[in-house]
Amino acid sequence: MHVIETGNTAAALAVKLAGAQVVAAYPITPQTPLTEKLSEYIEAGEMDARYVPVESEHSALGVCIAASSAGARAFTATSANGLLYMHEQVHWAAGARLPLVMCVANRAVGAPWNIWNDHQDSISQRDTGWIQMYCCDHQQIIDDTLKAFRVAEATSIPVMVCYDGYLLSHTYMPFAIPDEDQVAEFLPPFRPSYALDPGSPANLNTVTLPEVRLDVNGELAHGYMEIRYLLQEDLRNAVQVVEETDAAYQAIFGRGGAPLVEPYRCDDAEYVVVGMGSITYQLRDVIETLRAEGHRIGVLGVRLYRPFPDAAVAAAVRGARGVFVMEKALSYGYEGALCSDLKSALYDHLGELGTAPSVKGLVAGIGGREIRTADLADALRSGLAGSVPDPNWIGIQL
Amino acid sequence: MTTRTTILSLPVEEYVHPGNRACTGCGLGIAYRIGLKALGPDTIVIVPPSCLTVLQGLFPVATTKLPSLNTTFACTAAAATGVLEALKAQGKDHVNVVAWAGDGGTADIGIQSLSGASERGDDFLFMCYDNEGYMNTGVQRSGTTPQGAITSNTPFKGKLQQKKDVAAIMTAHGIDYVATASAAYPLDLHDKVKKAISLKGVKYIHIHTPCPPGWGFDARYTVRVGELAVKTGYWDLYEVEKGVFRLTGASAKTLKAGTRKPVEEYLKSQVRFRVMSPEQAADVQARVDAKWSTYSGGAG
Repeated sequence: MHVIETGNTAAALAVKLAGAQVVAAYPITPQTPLTEKLSEYIEAGEMDARYVPVESEHSALGVCIAASSAGARAFTATSANGLLYMHEQVHWAAGARLPLVMCVANRAVGAPWNIWNDHQDSISQRDTGWIQMYCCDHQQIIDDTLKAFRVAEATSIPVMVCYDGYLLSHTYMPFAIPDEDQVAEFLPPFRPSYALDPGSPANLNTVTLPEVRLDVNGELAHGYMEIRYLLQEDLRNAVQVVEETDAAYQAIFGRGGAPLVEPYRCDDAEYVVVGMGSITYQLRDVIETLRAEGHRIGVLGVRLYRPFPDAAVAAAVRGARGVFVMEKALSYGYEGALCSDLKSALYDHLGELGTAPSVKGLVAGIGGREIRTADLADALRSGLAGSVPDPNWIGIQL
Repeated sequence: MTTRTTILSLPVEEYVHPGNRACTGCGLGIAYRIGLKALGPDTIVIVPPSCLTVLQGLFPVATTKLPSLNTTFACTAAAATGVLEALKAQGKDHVNVVAWAGDGGTADIGIQSLSGASERGDDFLFMCYDNEGYMNTGVQRSGTTPQGAITSNTPFKGKLQQKKDVAAIMTAHGIDYVATASAAYPLDLHDKVKKAISLKGVKYIHIHTPCPPGWGFDARYTVRVGELAVKTGYWDLYEVEKGVFRLTGASAKTLKAGTRKPVEEYLKSQVRFRVMSPEQAADVQARVDAKWSTYSGGAG
């Protein structure tokens, strides 16, 4: 069935279809309509779940962590400072290897207060050990949120589904709602490897020593370092799980095929613009204009940011002379995090590439600053002519 | 409560392994052991960072024979809610969920999530073992450290402020059961845990828990120090069930017999009060007297 609805509703429909059993959330703009929808579904009896209206985001994720530890499929959503307030729990959920799903309606972080869109909130969670997906439209929001549950449960790693606040969360677009029976086929009920149970007691997240230690049976038990190493290994291997999950989804629903990166007119491109989220679709318009002017340029949308699909990113820009990375967040004191990650991937894959393209970072849309298609085109024209604007923040007026 | 626990009726089953990592003479060791006896085998325990995290053991060894979830410091009550809701979602409604936090994890960093869960009426028991400071990290001052006590960061003058009354804060939430207890009176504690788990919503029990290294007394005197706190009226055993206040056990007896000892006996039993002046001690006595004058009327 196709509907015309908001991005937040797309996410809520996915959570309902996924049969999340425990939902805990604290209101923050622009995430709120998503949690309002879930409250409606649950109170109306359309969704069999427990809704916990917690007193803070820290507790929202705290409830989900505990619910997941006790064997329930759990979901939360937040934005901006709410996500920052959760930060300790974000790390905890990954360290405890809990298959939670969290939607992030991306918003700028304070100070100063700003409720509009950029990516600083979720980019600031890059190093927590979560899987991060970035959506470009409403169809991807509903599809990715469903896939997120399967990926999370297959890897025992939590998944953050990120989509642009307002630009996607509050706009109306047509999208297809997956069929309930097909979802049941794609996503069977949650079967945790262990759940808190008096019949089978275990002590979870105990203080764990720097060194390995023998257990009561005389067998070697992991130290903290082994536990963390396995998180890193499994997270790196999750690239493949994301691909397999997308293939399974495509086989059932007929949509998907580019779960890691989404290239647009990159095959013959001398230049590639790389970004994440809705801006990559806006950039498709921009490069059509530039192509009409004779430039061979394409767009690469990074859909999976963590684990970073370095091989796919490097392969997608192979043969290009130059890469422009268009970001809505920064690692303050250096450059956009995606720009650094991309450069690192090019260096790692230099053997396959032969030669690496030049890489220029651009910053756009910070705190919801209007991203004018004409301004994007001008910045790229300037880059194609040999130098990106200085400062490289598009639309800045000092 | 129809029957009172006696030493003969106390369950034989142990849920805490002996030889755990608690300090010698730890008041928590007594309270935890007795509390879990009252809770029984169908129980899941939630533990934030605290002395109990240490008592619990180091991976892969566990002290508690019940399933335990270690959580972040601020979210103990939220974690209890999460476990509870997950059990409900799976149709399991026979399991006791108990949060077991220290005074810092309750009165300071944990009070927001505890207040939230209490307002929502989530159905679990919250135990606060109050050793009146951050003992696990080296005896720093907490919201429940009493006035006059020396701690690592009130090193010379003692704490200037009064102890935060968490049981009163919890009573103000209008929950069905709030009680105070003492590690020195395990049978009274056992009675209260049994009663608490028979009621709905958040139940709160605040346990006065003497700490030999933190308070400065010989490890053999844990029970004696706890008893002195109660017999001097410095710490009272009571319960507030559906809004009705009642002194219990040794406090009820003290009121009835009129045998309350001078507070000075309690203060002198610990090194931490050594810098209190006679005037400060007299002030504490005056406040204890004022509190007890309110009991004489309605308590029974």
